[in-house]
Amino acid sequence: MSNVLNFTSVDKSFGGLKVIDNVSFNVKKDSRTALIGPNGAGKTTIFNLLSGIYEVDKGSIILDKNDITNIPARKRINMGMSRSFQNIRLMPHLSTLENVMLGQHHLANSTKENFFPLGLIKRNKWAARAEQALIDAGLETYPGQVVSELPYGIQKRIEVVRALVSNPKLLLLDEPAAGLNSTETKELQTLLENVSTSGTTLLVVEHDMNFVRNLCQHVVVLNFGKKIFEGTPDDVAKDPQVLEAYLGGTDDNAP
Amino acid sequence: MSAYMTGLIIILCLNIIIAYSVFLPAAAGQLNLGAAGFMIIGAYTDAYLSSADEGLGLPILLTIPIAALFTGLVGFLMSFPILRTKGVYMILATFAFAEIVAGIVLNMEIVGGASGFPVTTHAELELLLPITVGVIVFGFYLISTRFGLSMRSIHDDENVSLLFGVNTHLVKVGAFTIGAFLGGLAGALYGHQFDYIEVQNWGILFSIYVLLYVLIGGTQTPWGPLVGAMFFTFIPEILRALGDATGIELLGELRFAAFGVIIVGMMVLRPEGIMTRTFLELLFRKPMPKSDVGLG
Repeated sequence: MSNVLNFTSVDKSFGGLKVIDNVSFNVKKDSRTALIGPNGAGKTTIFNLLSGIYEVDKGSIILDKNDITNIPARKRINMGMSRSFQNIRLMPHLSTLENVMLGQHHLANSTKENFFPLGLIKRNKWAARAEQALIDAGLETYPGQVVSELPYGIQKRIEVVRALVSNPKLLLLDEPAAGLNSTETKELQTLLENVSTSGTTLLVVEHDMNFVRNLCQHVVVLNFGKKIFEGTPDDVAKDPQVLEAYLGGTDDNAP
Repeated sequence: MSAYMTGLIIILCLNIIIAYSVFLPAAAGQLNLGAAGFMIIGAYTDAYLSSADEGLGLPILLTIPIAALFTGLVGFLMSFPILRTKGVYMILATFAFAEIVAGIVLNMEIVGGASGFPVTTHAELELLLPITVGVIVFGFYLISTRFGLSMRSIHDDENVSLLFGVNTHLVKVGAFTIGAFLGGLAGALYGHQFDYIEVQNWGILFSIYVLLYVLIGGTQTPWGPLVGAMFFTFIPEILRALGDATGIELLGELRFAAFGVIIVGMMVLRPEGIMTRTFLELLFRKPMPKSDVGLG
């Protein structure tokens, strides 16, 4: 199977601190890959390098055979990549539907589309598509609601839908399950499984290992900006280096 | 209609147009304290082009659009340096821009300098009223478009808007330029209502008032500048009428002190303005179904 992402020999430093040190990994097309590691391992930094918020110091990022290493952040969504955020970054004063329609922006970026009165002529193809995406995610109850008034778990899912309507080849999810209760986590997992089945590759940063085990087939483990392991979720749990990173060293007497 | 009412409606119309001028950049998160500058450019350009005595004597149906377009062009060129600043620095930059415009015009003998400039063509409310309605409709239209959606997204989170492919710089330049166009339009129309213009009409106080219309009205919806301009035009007059009727000095002679208290009260009680999204929802929409919330 071909790769949708090649992240190759990437370095990133902030001042004298090297936060990403020669990290390489690939994401296979249609796969669900997790990026895990202790706090400060560099997971979100990798997401910020992928989405273009930071520039890489060295190395290359290839998205579906296109080199996007030096493509500006604004244009990366056109190349087929969108993301959600660790802390919810919805537009608090916009409605659910408007937030989702922002996700369609790059598909509708012509003068004609930019000056079509979406809010006055409510029956239009963009609203219909956004509504359908909300229905698919089980969020059809909230289209007109201002998002800042909605519960946290709902907002988390709206963020996924907003990223999804941009038709990404690769969807980056930064701790999508953080702060969700078990019901919400299950709903999110169902949503992501459906997304994955319909042909979107997932790259997920997550701390909840149960969620990772249930959702992902492949796991990349980072610690202090270096890749320390790569494999299936079951192998990860057995790897001594990973245990050391998370638990501070193996201990034969441990229960 | 009494002359008093006509006068009040003229002021209201001009206030509404200039409020939309400042509202458009504000809806995209850019605070503009330079309303006076745009007003001056529009008023003087139009007055010079239309005045029969000292100007070129062109018809006002030509001069008003030219003045607005010229002000829009100045706004477009100024937007590049001004939009490099943010927040309080942008307020200072736009304020400085207005002061520079005032300073230049005060020293231009061709338009009368400090002694002002007479506008010879008078226009009735028949011209001002439809233009005002047009500006309001345009404001609602623009906010409802994807361009308007981009503006409001930038207001909420510029970086995330960028990641979703919004050309944030272009949208901000666009909002500022259209705002400048409307400011020039308000200035041009002012001259034809009052037949005389002078730079002293448009000082810092004027710009502060216009920014307050927008902030008190609310920047989230196109209702904001409309309600804000009405609030600022009518409340002092209502206080005056109440003062005359009751003989209470605080409402009559000292009505601006009472008005100040009302403004401070509004800022405390409704820091995001009178017309917020949630307030509109309360007015126009059914409440959200309770059963789906917070139980999961």
